[in-house]
Amino acid sequence: MNEFLQIKLLGIFSLGMDLGWALLMIPLLPLIGFLLLGLFGRKYMKQSAGIFATLLLSVSAFLSLHTAYGYFFKYGKLEGVYQKIIPVQFTWLQFSPGVSIDLGILLDPISVMMLVVVTFISLMVHIYSLAYMKGEERFPTYYSFLGLFTFSMLGLVMSSNIFQLYIFWELVGVSSFLLIGYYYDRPSAVAACKKAFIITRFADLGFLIGILILSFYSGTLDFNTLIEKLTSIESTEFKSIASASFIGISALTWALVLVFIGGAGKSALFPLHVWLPDAMEGPTPVSALIHAATMVVAGVFLVARLFPIFSMSEAALNVVSIIGITSALFAAVIACTQTDIKRVLAYSTMSQIGFMMFSLGVSGQGGESGLGFTAAMFHLFTHALFKALLFLGAGSVIHFIHSNEMKDMGGLRKYLPITHITFLIACLAISGVPPFAGFFSKEEILLAAYHHNMTIYWIALATSGLTSFYMFRLYFSIFWNKEYIAHGEAHGEGGFLMMIPLILLSLGAAAAGFIPFGEYVSADGKLLESAFHLQFSIAPVVLGLAGIFTAMWMYKKQSNRSDTIAYSLNSFYKLAFHKFYIDEFYFFITKKVLFNLVGRPAAWFDKNVVNGLINAIGNCTIFLSEKVKGFQSGKVQQYAIYFLAGVIGLVVLFIYIWK
Amino acid sequence: MMEPGLNHVLFISTALFFIGVFGFLTRRNLITMLMSIELVLNSVNINFVAFNKYLWPHKLDGLFFSIFVIAIAAAEAAVAIAIIINLYRSHQSIDVENTEDLKF
Amino acid sequence: MSGSTIIFYLLSILTLVSGILSVTTRKIFRAAIFLLFSLIGIAGLYFWMQYEFIAAVQIVVYVGGITVLIIFSIFLTQQAGELLPQQNKKRVLFSLLAAFSGFGLTLLQIIQHSFNKTLESPILPTMENIGNQMLGIDDNGFSLPFELVSILLLAAMIGCIVIALRSKPTTV
Repeated sequence: MNEFLQIKLLGIFSLGMDLGWALLMIPLLPLIGFLLLGLFGRKYMKQSAGIFATLLLSVSAFLSLHTAYGYFFKYGKLEGVYQKIIPVQFTWLQFSPGVSIDLGILLDPISVMMLVVVTFISLMVHIYSLAYMKGEERFPTYYSFLGLFTFSMLGLVMSSNIFQLYIFWELVGVSSFLLIGYYYDRPSAVAACKKAFIITRFADLGFLIGILILSFYSGTLDFNTLIEKLTSIESTEFKSIASASFIGISALTWALVLVFIGGAGKSALFPLHVWLPDAMEGPTPVSALIHAATMVVAGVFLVARLFPIFSMSEAALNVVSIIGITSALFAAVIACTQTDIKRVLAYSTMSQIGFMMFSLGVSGQGGESGLGFTAAMFHLFTHALFKALLFLGAGSVIHFIHSNEMKDMGGLRKYLPITHITFLIACLAISGVPPFAGFFSKEEILLAAYHHNMTIYWIALATSGLTSFYMFRLYFSIFWNKEYIAHGEAHGEGGFLMMIPLILLSLGAAAAGFIPFGEYVSADGKLLESAFHLQFSIAPVVLGLAGIFTAMWMYKKQSNRSDTIAYSLNSFYKLAFHKFYIDEFYFFITKKVLFNLVGRPAAWFDKNVVNGLINAIGNCTIFLSEKVKGFQSGKVQQYAIYFLAGVIGLVVLFIYIWK
Repeated sequence: MMEPGLNHVLFISTALFFIGVFGFLTRRNLITMLMSIELVLNSVNINFVAFNKYLWPHKLDGLFFSIFVIAIAAAEAAVAIAIIINLYRSHQSIDVENTEDLKF
Repeated sequence: MSGSTIIFYLLSILTLVSGILSVTTRKIFRAAIFLLFSLIGIAGLYFWMQYEFIAAVQIVVYVGGITVLIIFSIFLTQQAGELLPQQNKKRVLFSLLAAFSGFGLTLLQIIQHSFNKTLESPILPTMENIGNQMLGIDDNGFSLPFELVSILLLAAMIGCIVIALRSKPTTV
């Protein structure tokens, strides 16, 4: 812990807590929340669980903001370059003099930015859930899981050691599992949480192998040392990893692609995306926090963290960008056909993450070519804000009409005014309409793609058009379209606790675009000049508006225009509606191929050979004991004959053998 | 034929012993088993007396041993008969095949 | 070939044949009678060995006491009429095997062993000598075993009565 980084924690009286402790408190406060609420919540804190967790998290959020303020404006910069600061580090497991799993905190622009994002969104979700989850039987459990998740995510972004990141990565997966399966009495929720966990765990296998390859060649697990050793062309480690190859691909590319696979699983990129729509079985605030704003961007964060190494391998970056753009287009097409609002938003998330990924993929290391990196991080930041807003707004709608299906909705703008306005702002933001946040971040992404790879640029442009179309399809179907018929007693919009996060997030979605991100976050830590090209941004804006008007034409008033178009695109529509049958394909592979070819023989072997062996030993023992049992027959004459035989035997023994 | 000596008498007693053993192992009736036991005991008696007469004629130990063996054999036969009668009362049979109650 | 030799062989044949018949016959009463003859044969052997006292004891106790006891028990357990059931062949075979092997082994030992006679002067087993030694308390005295045997007989008697006692029916 650095002594000279004394932070005055509160302006009024200086606590003199140094940076290390302040940073440690940020994840530890939600962890304390998890432990206390988990152990004692159900019995003692039924009503106060939410307030308690929210208070803990607000302190965490405050500390994060303070850290961000201090890092970006006070001490982070050294000669115009943002430094990677390690205020806390301690060695945990030492495998060999160079390789050890340390636990430490690494501060650099992306981790500080993520601290702010995670704690802020988590705080909004905590406040929102006070009203949304009110009256739930397991209210304290919910907040304890949220605390666990926040702790894990914060630990993930602050890790200074790749293995520590892996540990928190798994913890995040566990928290996601717990929260998706929160309504455990619903079989669909149980199936969904298992699916999420299994798919991400399977992807993490790749991640682990990647870690092992990287650490084997570079002899270290620490991020700074790893990056140092593998990014300088003259270093021996780089030479060895670049020259070692397997099936014609260098070990460096293998390692990076495997690590990326782990990230792709967590970020729900094609083809490991199948868990994300099902994860919508969890409560809506959970979807807002985990599956929109924070956990799913962990993969993007991972690539960003290892970006200097990624930029050494052209092939790995290509893989990243291809998977990214494919996911973006794929998800956008599917989202146009879905009818469950949460699933539309889930596919939208997948599409936007695809954007972030390919933006990283086309980025270079520094200077002008590093625009992709900055754009991806910027989009991550703004996406967190408006996607969380969209989900929370959807939650407000679901709370009002008690259903997720779009066909039950319509004309809700009279009943849910605040939700309506904030949802509209979020939709405008995601569609890239100026001056909202999405416009700025998307424009930078498209610019980066334009400078590097024209194919990707055209596909990305088309996708952004589709994005605005399906988002406004959603908007119009919910708030316009038909008149709403209230069943039963109509209760009003959710309480002010639900509205406050919506309003705050909408302010963020509106204003965040104006932050000059290039000044703070860039691939090499130096200032990135982001010039604003007016003529360049015409194309995306025009496409966005075209999407909005198409949606308006099809959905604002009740009509069968959408049905006619769907009918004319018949088979393609069916494909998209069934999500391109990817789930069915996975089912086929696991059920028909794996179960029958691998599972059944293995089970047969286990049951008959392994078990059979044990059973055979048991049966042998039984058989022998039955035989021995016969000695005690109760027949005196039998005893006598054994006796006689024994005596004769002994006599022979004594006389002839042992003289 | 030679003068019958110790060996001849021992032959008799050994043969009688093993006849008794054979009878004990083969017979199914408890009383006949008891009779075989008596044969065994008698063979032992002959042994003692023979050794006394041919090997140690200056002592009478063998003879006395035989006397005591006879006495004890009598007592044992009496007790055995009492047991057999008791068994007959409870099992209505003195076939040794029916006395397998102490089986596993 | 002196007369004592012939008598010895006759007595031994009587003993052994009666013994064999006693253990193989199927009629229980006959078995008892053959046992009787065997015991008489043994008494005859004692007489031939000039140990008259033992022979007398044998006849009195064994022939007159135990055999009668056995016959009484045959009557008490109502066995006199029927034929005894036969044992299965396997049992007989194994018993024969055991008996013969034991017999052969013992005989081998007897033949191979050289028994050394003592050179001291013999004591005749007259009644006087027997009586003196039986109740004597010196080195060769057997009064202690004598007393013990009497206690044993008492215990056996009491035991027999207790075991064979018919339990009284309990009053309701």
